[in-house]
Amino acid sequence: MTPSTREAAARVFRDHSGRVLATLIRQLGDFDRAEDALQDALTRALETWPEAGIPDEPAAWLITTARNKAIDRLRRESNFAAKQNEIRMTVERSTPAPDDENDSDIADDQLKLMFTACHPALSMEARVALTLRTLGGLTTREIARAFLVSEATMAQRLVRAKKKIRLAGIPYQVPDAPRLAERLDGVLAVLYLIFNEGYAASAGDALVRHELSSEAIRLSKLVCELAPGEPEALGLTALMLLHDARRDARVSDSGELVTLEEQNRDLWDKEQIFLGLTYLHRAMRLRRPRPYQLQAAIGACHASAPSAEATNWTRIVELYDHLWKLTASPIVALNRAAAIGMARGPEDGLKELEQVAANGNLSDYYLLSRGARGPSAPLRPTGRGRLRL
Amino acid sequence: MQYAMLIYSDEAKEPKPGTKEFDDYMGAYFAFSDEVKKNGMFQFGEPLEGVAAATTVQVRDGQTVTIDGPFAETKEQLGGLYVLECKDLDEAIEFAKRIPTAKHGSIEIRPVLKFDQE
Repeated sequence: MTPSTREAAARVFRDHSGRVLATLIRQLGDFDRAEDALQDALTRALETWPEAGIPDEPAAWLITTARNKAIDRLRRESNFAAKQNEIRMTVERSTPAPDDENDSDIADDQLKLMFTACHPALSMEARVALTLRTLGGLTTREIARAFLVSEATMAQRLVRAKKKIRLAGIPYQVPDAPRLAERLDGVLAVLYLIFNEGYAASAGDALVRHELSSEAIRLSKLVCELAPGEPEALGLTALMLLHDARRDARVSDSGELVTLEEQNRDLWDKEQIFLGLTYLHRAMRLRRPRPYQLQAAIGACHASAPSAEATNWTRIVELYDHLWKLTASPIVALNRAAAIGMARGPEDGLKELEQVAANGNLSDYYLLSRGARGPSAPLRPTGRGRLRL
Repeated sequence: MQYAMLIYSDEAKEPKPGTKEFDDYMGAYFAFSDEVKKNGMFQFGEPLEGVAAATTVQVRDGQTVTIDGPFAETKEQLGGLYVLECKDLDEAIEFAKRIPTAKHGSIEIRPVLKFDQE
């Protein structure tokens, strides 16, 4: 294979394997079997694509090939008679024929898989790892590198998570309406955590970290497509887009973090800001403001201001007031105090800050000991520190 | 799948017989048991006597050791259990959260291990 074909194939695998895996897990009813089948299909692709060219519908090709490989594997396994039933079920589950799998079926499979991978019966660490492995198509090694643990540790964690899914009977489905909103919150929390791991931390492999953030955004957009009436999904998508638009301005040439006030706003990604504002707009129209939407609205105030001074700080204080009522988070109180300082002058800000320090338990929060540097600190859902995976 | 629902609570915090609270609590249990019997999910379910009636037995090197009390001294004690046939963990969670003790105690859901009959 020429290097360019290999590169093209690698790109196709990267773009599609997460999506293909979700469909295979549904068809085969088993995570490990789906992963093996996908691996077989990728090997087959590397053998045939250099001659035949990359198919027009690589995802459909990979699904069909993987499914056939899975059936081959089942047939090869020693207790053939006992497997007959399983083979029949696999074939039945795979109808309509994989060639008919259209994009919306594949997206639907991904959403189901998201609810399985983010099930509250799994540990948070397991949810994050499973989501990245099965939906993001990241390799175990990449996930391990992103979370600064050994590959063996991460592999072990994935094995345990998949075992729990199988033994505990965690279903593969989108929850029904009464439970959807509640369970969706859990899914969004995992996506936000993945995003923050990629966005807020400065350690680790920059390329992989970028991948974490963009996967979180991609999956969050997918949730919006499938649940367009859920304002918090739209709000989270907006929030992540608006933050991520500032990625290039956040780190100086020497690798130091640059605060929001000091960032070169020309480096902000205007197109992505516009997209973020569009999502926020859609969310606001549903008139159920909750924490992600409010944080996105704060981000929008910053993103549309020409400079720190020319920011609508009064509006930001209002948004923090609202957010404080919903979350009672000390981090929100801290950011609110900083915004008051910008809106009404440093004295008012300091007075507010003293009150926060007197009321809340902020001893763990490093920004306070460093002297609060303004509202550029990333907001974390409940003020918990970085998840150590 | 069959799921065991192990019902844990602090015995000291259980409603006391003779109070209205206790009658409501029992009523809620009877209603729950009735429902899961009628819909066919019920496999087994009984309350247990308190830990005051517990005896723990161990055999070590052929010697029987009998100890007064539960196996582990914990804040919440096993007070009863159900075994229910459920479609999946989500259904098991839906029913576990309706077991009356869930409001002040904890319900541990454990799938029943079935050996392959092949």
